[in-house]
Parts: sequence; structure tokens; C-alpha cells
Amino acid sequence: MTAYDCIIVGAGSVGVPTALAMGKEGLKTLVLDSAPSVGCGDNKHAIGGIRATHSHKGKIWVCQRSIEIFSKWEEKFGDDIEWIQGGYSFVAYNDSDEKLLKDNVQLQKRYGLNIDYHEAEKIKELIPGINGDGLLGGTFSPEDGNASPLLAINAFYRQARNFGVLFKFKEEVIGVRINKKQIVSIKTLKETFQTQCIINAAGAHARDIAQMVGSVVPVTPDSHEAGITEPVKRFFTPMIVDIRPSEGSKNYYFYQNREGKIIFCLTPHPPIVGTDRRETSVFLPQIAKRMINLLPRLKNIKVRRTWRGLYPMTPDGCPIVGPINEINGYINAVGMCGQGYMIGPGVGEVLARLVAEKCTLKDQEILEEFSLYRDFAEEEKLK
Amino acid sequence: MLNRITEHPILPIPELKELKFFWNGKLMRGLEGMVISSALFMNGVKIFGHHPKDNSPQGIFCANNQCAQCTVLVNGKPVKSCMIPLEEGMRIQSCRGLPELTAEDSPVTFGKSSVVETDVLVIGAGPAGLSATKMLGEKGLSVILIDDKDRIGGKLVLQTHKFFGSIQDVFAGKRGIEIAEILGKAVESLSNVDIWLSSTAIAVFSDKMVGILKEKEYTLVKPKKLLIATGAREKMLVFPGDTLPGVYGAGAFQTLVNRDLVRSADRIFIIGGGNVGLIAGYHALQAGIDVVGLVEALPQCGGYKVHEDKLRRLGVSIYTNHTILSANGNDKVESITIGQLDSNWNVVRGTEKSFLCDTILIAVGLDPVHEFYNKAKEFGMDVWVAGDAQEIAEASAAIFTGRIEAVKILHSFGIETEEKLEALEEKAQITKSPLPKFEKREIPPQEEGIFPIFHCDQEIPCNPCTEVCPQHQIETENDMITSLPYFKGEKICTGCGRCAAVCPGLAISLIDYRKDKENPFITFPHEIIEKNVNKGEKVTVMSNDGELGEFPIERIRKLKKYPRTLLITVKLPKKVAKYAIGIKTQSDKIGEPLTIYHKPPLVDDAIVCRCERVTAGEIRKWICQGVTDINQLKALTHVQMGACGGKTCTALINRIFWEEGIDHDLITQGTQRPLFVEVPLGIFACVKEVKNK
Repeated sequence: MTAYDCIIVGAGSVGVPTALAMGKEGLKTLVLDSAPSVGCGDNKHAIGGIRATHSHKGKIWVCQRSIEIFSKWEEKFGDDIEWIQGGYSFVAYNDSDEKLLKDNVQLQKRYGLNIDYHEAEKIKELIPGINGDGLLGGTFSPEDGNASPLLAINAFYRQARNFGVLFKFKEEVIGVRINKKQIVSIKTLKETFQTQCIINAAGAHARDIAQMVGSVVPVTPDSHEAGITEPVKRFFTPMIVDIRPSEGSKNYYFYQNREGKIIFCLTPHPPIVGTDRRETSVFLPQIAKRMINLLPRLKNIKVRRTWRGLYPMTPDGCPIVGPINEINGYINAVGMCGQGYMIGPGVGEVLARLVAEKCTLKDQEILEEFSLYRDFAEEEKLK
Repeated sequence: MLNRITEHPILPIPELKELKFFWNGKLMRGLEGMVISSALFMNGVKIFGHHPKDNSPQGIFCANNQCAQCTVLVNGKPVKSCMIPLEEGMRIQSCRGLPELTAEDSPVTFGKSSVVETDVLVIGAGPAGLSATKMLGEKGLSVILIDDKDRIGGKLVLQTHKFFGSIQDVFAGKRGIEIAEILGKAVESLSNVDIWLSSTAIAVFSDKMVGILKEKEYTLVKPKKLLIATGAREKMLVFPGDTLPGVYGAGAFQTLVNRDLVRSADRIFIIGGGNVGLIAGYHALQAGIDVVGLVEALPQCGGYKVHEDKLRRLGVSIYTNHTILSANGNDKVESITIGQLDSNWNVVRGTEKSFLCDTILIAVGLDPVHEFYNKAKEFGMDVWVAGDAQEIAEASAAIFTGRIEAVKILHSFGIETEEKLEALEEKAQITKSPLPKFEKREIPPQEEGIFPIFHCDQEIPCNPCTEVCPQHQIETENDMITSLPYFKGEKICTGCGRCAAVCPGLAISLIDYRKDKENPFITFPHEIIEKNVNKGEKVTVMSNDGELGEFPIERIRKLKKYPRTLLITVKLPKKVAKYAIGIKTQSDKIGEPLTIYHKPPLVDDAIVCRCERVTAGEIRKWICQGVTDINQLKALTHVQMGACGGKTCTALINRIFWEEGIDHDLITQGTQRPLFVEVPLGIFACVKEVKNK
């Protein structure tokens, strides 16, 4: 029976680019997913933002690499994934937000990120029509951007297959065989596959897969709703993030994609823990008021569709990536906290080097930051 | 000159106030109460814009709030022209490229949307929704009945022809427009029924709320029970030129012509010989529009034979075993190319023909509008479904299923009903029975006196003729509604003509040998504009098999009870008299093909997803590469992700899978998400007045 160098569980935002990286390393790789095609979990619920401007070193580093991959994709492989380097802008309407953003900028600059805090006038130029009442200023990080998650995952998928990766869909993983603390094989409802290395990239279902090797990962999904509008002529480029809390919600964010559609998402507060992906009547009235308050002309744009996706959250808002102490050959790539799409390509390469035993010092540092055994007490500021 | 229908054999022509409006800066005239698309058509405007993706011309397609192809800009904002009423001084512009979001940047304030509770929410005020609401309301339940149109009746308001069925149960012999009025009045008189018109159900949510755009306000309804009576939408075909302005649904045509009295075309060609296509052709002739031809892919029309006969008698060519190969024209339909099909559905080379026409009506069947039902079911709501949304059938069946579901809902509230479920279901089943075989009956041999002749040779459920005879001499065999009628002859026929006037199929004639046995008088119904028919004038008299010759009209009369149906009497030699059942009004020249045909382009160039402009070839390419999940096809091509959310393309995509030999069970269908129609963000925020700066 064929033995695989690596089997990835989950053909989503993390699993597919990781598979591509494995393929490039020449590793014989199989990807299993219970869905009928790629990206059927929460990849298709991602809104498409890609930024390196986090407040956490590991995330900054992997996302810098992700941005490189997304931005050079078309040039390298020819597929249009609708990448736009439109930047991110966090806006401030009160002193505490202003201070938080300014402090972060200091930290982010230390990691070599291109980001600045700007006065209100500059923000008004960036976001035509923004409500100027009380606007103090905001950050702008021009190298961040966005791309279509739908097109990107299919592009990663095609390239992964070109590099020899095998994908099997409608394969539900039901167990993992371990012999003397070493992964031996993985079992689906249909078949058993031999491998000594499994990567858990199961997104919202990460906990279930980890449990199959007797490990517990502190990943708890909560749900966020999102929506998309009709296309209109493009009039702003950055992803706009408003971190002010409001009744029932924390931050919300939106951008205009290359087709001219505005895609928006909101963080409910308190979080709605669970795996319910069914749309509610609460979301649209809630986010509509917030978006129109910030950018009044949005009152006229027509909403086309809404959906609800899961954020596999960790206690500190940072992912859990890397091996575990108890079992050899089991690797986590979980707890992306709703950022799997932007973290996936960067983290995938780190994992490929890990499996190929080619880890760099920087990789080791990243894996340390994302370790399951870290202190989860310190929260990421802009998660 | 305005393309308004100013005379119609059935419809009254109301006096309407004229409104001025501007189309791309040009002053035009419309009429009050008309939607923008109809006003544009009335002014001869058929191209409403150009698609931002490939600049292809866009025009009306569904006229039913389903697609977004009729989008125009009103005061700079994109709107569906088929839904927005024309206003005095309106500035309307065509779309070209993406619209610019108007820079209305003054801060606004927000209100709160209301949440309304009710016993039952009925979505759709067509035959099913109305008959259900009537029953629910009469039993004292609080009912909210909503419809996205500005009037009650659903598609009944487009139906100028008389309905089949039984007089007691489903108003047979009455026209759809009359039934809408009767049911509408009954429902309006119930104080516990709230009717919300111009109110679109836009989403069903998992918290068991239904989001409704009530005119310009967003309202959430929390019903104890939900009845979906959303009707059907028209199916489409894939062919080159399928999105050219001028290609649209038969329903859209009926909306323009029968509801809004717009003479939307000069020469139409119809695709599909089911009842919808046949009736649309008849409606066209009634509106004074030429019907160049009709193609039906099967060896015979799928609609009622009496409808087909009506059309053939009036002079329309019907091509069975034929299909459309292309709609031709630069920026709108100028001609059609058709071809004959062999038994394997391949086009027989050399049979291609082109015809001049400005409009191609698609009438290839209907699909239930059941996404509301599916969502509500998924979310565990107490939901029922009736009418076409449940199963495509005649309006008479919708009246039954509306009542059946109402009975079930009443029972679920513990309320007893006089009407029994079993009896209703049995009757509904009859109206839904598959199309009966056609067998030509012997014409009675009698050649004296006066009596009716029935050119009704198909056992369709229908019995008005048996109810109207003052002598009670017309019966169906074994008194069954599906049996054929015959004249008993125990008492003499008075020659009153009621049977001929009431027959929905226009299939009863009266023959009178009393004055002249060799050349009897023959009387038959006629419903085409009166001015073309005068006493003494020679007309081409028709049997159902062809022309019988030219004869002068001896007499024209109308019965008081049936004022819209003319009874025409001619005198024919006895050899042919019994076969006469109508007159031809359309000249043969209209149906003549062009001498050379327009070669159709490749089918793979045809558009499948009209919102995102995705071709059949592109979809086929991915299917051939192994894609079986429509969600992946969505991601790759954006099919089902445009303004309409896959309302038209879904069936077409499934068909391409079928063409490529993919087993239906292997296909994963695309996920359906709210909203069912696009709604401005400001609606959800209940944006109030603009603050003064």
C-alpha cells in the first residue's frame, strides 16, 4: 500500500496552500476532506483581507510571506486571484483607540512593517465620504491587501495538484492509528491511508481531529456573519476596520474588492460560540447602522448576499501550529481565529520545511510563538 | 407614437394620466401606474443598458423581480425597472459600466425595524395564496398576505383567457383577471387579514423571522405558521443570442401586454408549445401582434389541444420537432434561426430556417419558486407550500392546493374545517393529471334542426358547458369532469349560444339546418379585435385541420353574460359546415421564412449565467476537468453569484452536467443564501432623515 510522506486533514484555507508547499518540497502528500470540493468549510466564508499588520511577531512574519505569495501569484502561475494591494486602515474616533493604534504602529514598525498613523485629513482622502465628525485619524498600511478566497483556493489547489499532491474529497476521517507514540495510518469511512505524518488543518473541526490522537487543542469556534453587495465603481482601496464596540458587537470591517463589490463582516459581542452557520435576522440591521454611520453613502448600495462562518478561536487569538510532545508525526495547523486565509500560505511553507526537516531559525521562532505549550494569557491586540 | 394597446377584445383600456420623464436626457411620455420598464417599452426603448463585464446589451427578461437584467439608473441609483413605478419628471438613465455610488455623504440617523407577529404569513397573493388566505381568514386567524407586486392576483392578472376546470370549484369559464378580482375582494373583506402589497420577502432567517421589504421599510415578521405560495419562474434555454434584448419569457410578455397594455413587439416567435407558449401566442394576436411561428421540440405540443387549435386556426405556423438554433441581431433581436430535430435531438442539416422577428418568447416550462420553502424548512419553521411553488400545474390546481394547505394549517391550530382534506386532494389530483391523449371524435351524423358540435377531443378537466345549457342537454360521459361533453338531444336546443360563448377552449360550434339544409348556418366564438370582423365581410373559415374557404359573415352577436366573446355566424355547404370552428385573421405572409438563413454560432458561446456573463463553454470546461460541486463552479466562474443568485442558471448548469454524462446524484448543488433579492443597505438601518449640517 502507498505510504504518504504527509497527510493533511482539511482542504481549506490552511490545508490547500500547505499541500502546495509540501508538493514543492517534493513530499508525497495526500489531502483528505469530508466535503465534495476545496474550500467548503470556512474558506468560502472568508471575506478576503490579507494583512501583515498584526501585533504578534509570528503572525506578522507568516503573513508577510503570505502577502508575497498572494501578490506574486498571477505573475508566477498565471491565474488571476483578484489580488489588490489596497492596504488596511484602522480608524480612530476616540482617544483610547488612537492610543492603541499608535502604540501598535511603534511595535509593527519594529518588525519592518510599512504602516503609519495618519491625521484625519489623510484618512478622509483614503476613504472618500467617511464621516468626519469626531474622526481623529487612523493607521494605513499600504502593503496589505485582498484577494478572492474563492479564486485563490482553487488556484492553490490546481498548483498543488501540478506538484503531485493528491486530493480525496467526501472522505470523512474517523480515526488515526498510533503505534508506540508514532502515527501509522489514518482511517476514513471508506479507506485507510498509511503515513507517519498527519497535519491537522481541519479548521472549525480541529478539536475533533486532535482528539483522535488523544490531544486537546484549545480551539473553540464562534460564528461571525458577513455579506457582499452589488458591484459599484471602485471608490476606496483599503480594508476599513472600525474597532469601536457597539451594542452587540465589537469591531467590524469592510473593503471593496476588485469587482467593485463591498464585502463586510462583524464581530459579535459577546461571541456566539458554536458551529451554527445559519444566517440570522440580527446581522444586517446591526452592521448596516455601523457601516452607514461611518460611510453614509453606503446607505444606497444594495446587499446581495449574507452568510455566516466560523472562527476557530484560541484563548489568545493566535494560531496553534507545530508538533505535539506526546505523539510523533502529528502536527497542528489549527486555531487560525478567522485568519486562516491570510495565515495559510505563509504557515504552509513553515510546515513543509518542518516535515522536510529544513526548518530555518526564523521558522523555529515562529513555531515557538505558535506552540501549543505557550502561555495563552497574553491576548493579541488586533485579532 | 406610443406603443400602447388602444383596443383589445378582452381588456378594458383605462384612461390614465400622462407623466413626463427623461430617458438619457430625452423627454418621453409614460402613464401613471406603469412600471419604468413598461414606460420605456411604450416609447420603443428595448435596450436598457450594457453589461459592465462585456458591454453586451441588456433588456427586459423576467419582468417579475427575479432577475436584474432590466436595471436602469434612477437619479443615479440602480433599480429594477420592472418593479419601480414611473413618476412625473423621473430622470432615468441606461447603465453602462459599473454605476457610481452617489456621494450622499451627510450623516443620517437610524430607526428600528418593526417586528410583527401573526398566526400565518402567506407569501404570494396569486391563486394559491389568495384561496388559502380566504379560508384561513374566514376561520378567524390573523393572516398577513404579502406580494411583491402592487396588486392582488399574482399571474392571474395576466390571464385574459377563460379557465378550464369546474365552475363551482375553480371559477371555470371565467378569465384569470376576473378570478383575481373575485378572490381579491373576498380576501380584502376580511378584517383579520392584512394585505401588504409591493412587499417582497427577502430572506428567511434561522431565528424563524421572515425579512420583508414593505415598500421602502424593512419589517421582520414572526409567524406561527408560514405558507409559501410564491408561484413559479420561467425556465430558460441556452442558445447563441439568448441574452439579446428581445429574448424574454412568455410571462414577461404577458406582463407587458396584458397587465400594462404595452404593444411590446411587432413580430414574435415563440419557443415551446406548452400551455404557456400557446396562450402567449393567443394573447399576442389579441393584442394585435403578429405571431411569426412557434417551435416545439417534441413531436406534438405539450399544451391543451384546444389552445393549439385556436392558434393554428388564426393562422400561426406551429413547427413540432423543431428547436431554436439562435437569436440573431447586433444589439437586439432581428431574426431567429430554427431547425428540425431528429429522434436523437440532433439538428437535421439543411432544415435550418430564419424568420424576421423582433421578439422571441421563451416558454419552455416553469420551475417552482421554492427557495423560501427550502430555507424555512431548513430552519425548522412551521411551513407549508402551495400552488406552483409546490408543484407546477394549472392555476385551477393552485386554487385547490391553496385550500388544501389552508386546511392543514387550520388543523394544526386545532380548528375544524367543513371542507375535507381527502375530497380536496382528490379534486386537486384531477386538475394535476397528466395531459390526456387526444383522440378525434366522430362528428354526429344528424343533419337537421339545431345543436352544438364539440371540437373538444381531449379529456381535460373542464365542465362549464354542462352548467350553462338552459335545457340541461349538455353532459359529460358519466358526469365526470374529465370526460368529454356531448349533446343529449332529449329536448331541443334553443340556439342560445351560451355553450359556445363559455367554452374556455373556444371549441363549441352551433349548427343550424332549420332554414337551409344544404347550407346550414354555423356559429362559433371569436376573441380577436372586433374591427377586423364585420357583417357581410368575407372571412377565411377554418376547421381544426385547415381552411374551408372564404365566406361572408352572416351575423355577429354577443351574449350579455359573455360580453368579450363574439359569436360569429357563417353559412357553409353542409359537406364542410360541421367542421367550421373559427376564422383566420393572420395572413400567411407573416409566417414565411427568409430566403437565406442566419448560420447560428457555437452553442458553447451562449450565455448560461446572464448576471455574471458565464458561457456554456466555460462551465463545460470545468465540468470536463472533473468539477462536480456547483459550489466550486461558483467559486471558479461566479455562476449563481450574480444579482439574481442563480434563479435562471441553476437548471441550465444541471443540464450541462447531464449533457456531459454526469450522474445527477454525483452533483453537489450550490448553497442557497439570503437575500432572495438585492436590497439597499440603508433599508436595514432604517435610515431616517438627513441631519442638517
